Amino acid sequence: MSVEPEQVVDVNIIINGTECATSVPSRMLLSDFIRHEAGLTGTHVGCEHGVCGCCTVMIDGVSARSCLAFAVQCDGSEIRTVEGLAAVDDTLNPLQQAFHECHALQCGFCTPGFLMAITEFLDRNQRADFSETEVREAISGNLCRCTGYTSIVDAVLLAAKRMYGKED
Amino acid sequence: MKPAAFTYMRPETISEAVAIRGEYGYDTAILAGGQSLIPMMNFRLARPEIVIDLGGTTDARGVIERGGGVAVAPMTRQRDLEVSDIAHQNNPLIRETLRHVAHAVVRNRGTVCGSIAHADASAEQPTLFVTIDGVATATSPRGSRTITGGELFSFHLTSTLEPDEIVTEVWFPGLASDEGYAFTEFARRHGDYALVGACATMRLDGDTVTSVRVGCSGVAPTPARSVAVEQLVGQRADQPSFTGIAAAIAEEVVESGDDPTASTAYRKHLVRELVVEALVTANARANERRAD
Repeated sequence: MSVEPEQVVDVNIIINGTECATSVPSRMLLSDFIRHEAGLTGTHVGCEHGVCGCCTVMIDGVSARSCLAFAVQCDGSEIRTVEGLAAVDDTLNPLQQAFHECHALQCGFCTPGFLMAITEFLDRNQRADFSETEVREAISGNLCRCTGYTSIVDAVLLAAKRMYGKED
Repeated sequence: MKPAAFTYMRPETISEAVAIRGEYGYDTAILAGGQSLIPMMNFRLARPEIVIDLGGTTDARGVIERGGGVAVAPMTRQRDLEVSDIAHQNNPLIRETLRHVAHAVVRNRGTVCGSIAHADASAEQPTLFVTIDGVATATSPRGSRTITGGELFSFHLTSTLEPDEIVTEVWFPGLASDEGYAFTEFARRHGDYALVGACATMRLDGDTVTSVRVGCSGVAPTPARSVAVEQLVGQRADQPSFTGIAAAIAEEVVESGDDPTASTAYRKHLVRELVVEALVTANARANERRAD
């Protein structure tokens, strides 16, 4: 009995501005490509069926579950991961800073997914005055087992005020 | 788990995709948004030999107004339809329904045609499709045909598409300018597949219901469209009428047996509650829209 070799496809995926050109099996998930081919392990793998949100990244400017995309689908696409949020000198961006100050992470496993999802939420809704209910709806696609979410909600509210509030 | 190996194909046009599908039929799966297919492949519930990725096609996006309604193409993302003002002016029930689908991150990638072709009886878009008699165009190398509303679904996760067909368009009829509408659902966690959902439209003459449609998700092997709701036509639009008809609808549409998620009795209870809520909201919106 012989096993057919699996199909391998050339891809070039641009992650946080850097091209990553290599050959991958068709079935390689984008999440695994990011972690194992590009070596960026900030993107985490939780459920691999799209419900936990740990793997959330940006694909061509919109948030997406990287466990629900094949690397081959993303040939030529621009991916942004959590590693692309902080400045080149590692200064935290306002959202990351708010997470830090509000203790919005404990084990940190869910955190990259939250940051990417919230980055999009704040970008699409550039307001300083969200209600708690609005923030809870916005984060409802990401699961956290450690914090109980309250500190995450606080961080989002704080980040929104800082990013979009009027200067005193 | 990781998906099983497959041959990946990326046609440049929908015609090319149809040709591949026609040649390989059952061995293929269509990859559009991937938000339903890829979880199944990751669990190895789906093991297609060939995956036809529509993502590279150039002729398969957009939202257009046509024939009094709104049409979407195979790669039109749920998010695109949700934010489309053209669609919202034509049929505000579309945006109302889409807001209940999963989470924004999933709607960014998932497609309307894909969700409907996936035929999940617990899903919002197939339920909308059945409630307002959407029209799907199914294309194969043999030609195109249209399939309306409930005729598209035959069983859990089973559409009436032939193995060589692709859904190349979904068209939703518009709502009348004075037509009320509602979509509501109950899920234990926001964004999960709902246990039961209810979709409704309503038109009034004074206090009297002149037309009404109700559909429910999560109650049967396919999304359910109520026939019993016709009894509400000619009745007063008030709480007693709504409660009465909701009880009849619960008996009519719930086919699910007791299962680990919910008992039959609980699903009937949810239908009663959610249909009343949907009718009340549709009634209020009909009044608002008449006043505009």
